[in-house]
Amino acid sequence: MSGTTIRLHCPLPSDDGSVVLLGHGSGGRMTADLIRRIFLPALSNPALDRLNDNAELRASGVRLVFTTDAFVVSPLRFPGGDLGSIAVNGTINDLAVSGAHPLGLSAAFILEEGFPLDELRTLVDSMQRAARGAGVDIVTADTKVVERGKADGVFITTSGVGLVPDGVDLDPTRAQPGDAILVSGPIGDHGIAVLSAREGLRFDTTVVSDCAALHTLVAAMLASGGAIRCLRDPTRGGVATALNELAGSSRVEMLIDEPAIPVRNGVRAACEMLGLDPLYVACEGRLVGVVAAADAERVLAAMHAHPLGSEAHRIGTVYGQAAPRVLLRTTLGTTRILDVLSGAQLPRIC
Amino acid sequence: MKYVDEFRDAELARGLVAEIRRTVTRPWTIMEVCGGQTHTILRYGLDELLPAEVTLAHGPGCPVCVTPIELIDQAITLALQPQITLCSFGDMLRVPGSAHNLFAARAAGADVRVVYSPLDALDLARREPARQVVFFAVGFETTAPTTAMAVWRAAQLQVPNFSVLMAHVRVPPAMEAILSSPDNRVQGFLAAGHVCTVMGLDEYLPLVRRFRVPIVVTGFEPIDLLHGVAMCIRQLEDGRADLENQYARSVRVEGNVDAQQLMHEMFAAVDRRWRGLDTLAQSALVLRERYAVYDAARRFALPQQAVTEPSECHAGEVLRGLLKPPGCPAFGTRCTPERPLGAPMVSTEGTCAAYFRAGRQPEAIR
Repeated sequence: MSGTTIRLHCPLPSDDGSVVLLGHGSGGRMTADLIRRIFLPALSNPALDRLNDNAELRASGVRLVFTTDAFVVSPLRFPGGDLGSIAVNGTINDLAVSGAHPLGLSAAFILEEGFPLDELRTLVDSMQRAARGAGVDIVTADTKVVERGKADGVFITTSGVGLVPDGVDLDPTRAQPGDAILVSGPIGDHGIAVLSAREGLRFDTTVVSDCAALHTLVAAMLASGGAIRCLRDPTRGGVATALNELAGSSRVEMLIDEPAIPVRNGVRAACEMLGLDPLYVACEGRLVGVVAAADAERVLAAMHAHPLGSEAHRIGTVYGQAAPRVLLRTTLGTTRILDVLSGAQLPRIC
Repeated sequence: MKYVDEFRDAELARGLVAEIRRTVTRPWTIMEVCGGQTHTILRYGLDELLPAEVTLAHGPGCPVCVTPIELIDQAITLALQPQITLCSFGDMLRVPGSAHNLFAARAAGADVRVVYSPLDALDLARREPARQVVFFAVGFETTAPTTAMAVWRAAQLQVPNFSVLMAHVRVPPAMEAILSSPDNRVQGFLAAGHVCTVMGLDEYLPLVRRFRVPIVVTGFEPIDLLHGVAMCIRQLEDGRADLENQYARSVRVEGNVDAQQLMHEMFAAVDRRWRGLDTLAQSALVLRERYAVYDAARRFALPQQAVTEPSECHAGEVLRGLLKPPGCPAFGTRCTPERPLGAPMVSTEGTCAAYFRAGRQPEAIR
């Protein structure tokens, strides 16, 4: 080895955005760029162009919502959940944020040659537990196997169909100046739980994933009778990204009060240690909601009465119809723009 | 959360700002050295709380930002060798070399892994003896001891397939270069608290005496920074130039002596060009001759090759505190975190990235 001369010659294509990079999957600005450059020009249609978490389909006066999501979380198991539970709950939540009741799910498995069947059985059992707990069935499925080295153990894609009750409209364009912004519980638990179990990073924490199906919480919020404008589940990219998406769809300015955002101490400590901002860390069992200010207390009361909303909190206000953006009032009372994530959050050096 | 919340307290912040307002009588420019401090200032909008007389110039203390482009090219070249696994702190992956970054190398098949400690890279080398594991050793005196420890252990355990690409640099030569520059505007420094936690205070005394400049060793939370500014302004208004320690809860006068001894055993200081700055005397740390076998640049006989920076990037002026990012013609338009022209737009500690993330607008459209 020693003494071998390496020439400074790069066989790479120039870094001009010609290949997929990891940041394209971050859910932030790079993902949006990929959608705009590749997917929308080819696939454009009115339902897709809305870029919602689900698409509404109307048939014979019935409003159905349809969604799909691929799950590639690593490691496969983490405190509070695993790939199976997240694949079921994640898709249910993409239906739930439009107020829909889930009717049925599909699951497609990409399995890597050599993956232990015992582990697969554990994941499938976990899927069934999550589905039964949510009162929905996995009604169709598919399996493909790829050669060893062509996938990371197992990838699961789930799709779901849900029924939107009459009179319910939670389109993300509906936020209005004056509305209250709520979050259903402490943020960032899921992302930190996953990181704590990741190879090369393991740390001891009491934080467990918030992974849960949110449709019954949404139903309870709707049943309160309060005027709910729109909801979103802050998964990849976290609460900051979810709020920016809602602000963009509704073309409103939001003001978030940093001290009001519930964050568990374990999550804060892990974020301090790793140099992450909890506002960008993923949740898998939380939602952010925009509701009419006059109804905020009523909706919060309904959330507090539900096990998944017991720590719900008002975190901000929609206050203008200016250029869509999200402002954060810090603990010191200063204000800054809360932007979407560009690329992946990278751990810091010092 | 203890040791955090009390240093982000709004009441304390208001008190310190009021104290600064009472003290200041004329314009002063203070430089915070460390990128972590810059990030806190932008994240909490501290610059907007301060009276107009106080200008904060942002310093060169982002290790990712000052790593010369040639070294990044060398890291990419190493990563692309089929037998090599390159381990790096996550910050480095997006920093542009002359044509690519390490993310692009990874997308092209290079084995690039993010680690949180050089010791993790050493463990990887022991687990995978058939691979050559290279740790890209970037950082100031804060992270240098961990690299020293990894090489020391590699030598103890005789791990033949581990080496480091040395890019460690020292803070005092950069402060000296800024103060020596004919266009310098910096009248006081907030020194980097964590660097001093390792190195202690002694090496800053010569700067204080030679340049008659106040240096306040400062922490990283909002209250630390406002307190550091208050101490520095007090000195400037009093006409004093002293070395003071705001970050006494972490920094001892003598520093971490064990870490210093280990660094002295493993490393020697040499001259090095900094990205955006000139060649600075005794500013870089390299492995001593008896540990040279663990130097990746020697093991793989990497050629030295001078590379020119993109001319549109004003990182040099930003790193010397002469230009604020929104004043750069490329800021937020042709230079963004997704497509950075220079390193300060990449790292979370980079000045340009801190401004961009805080949503500061380019001056042209403000």
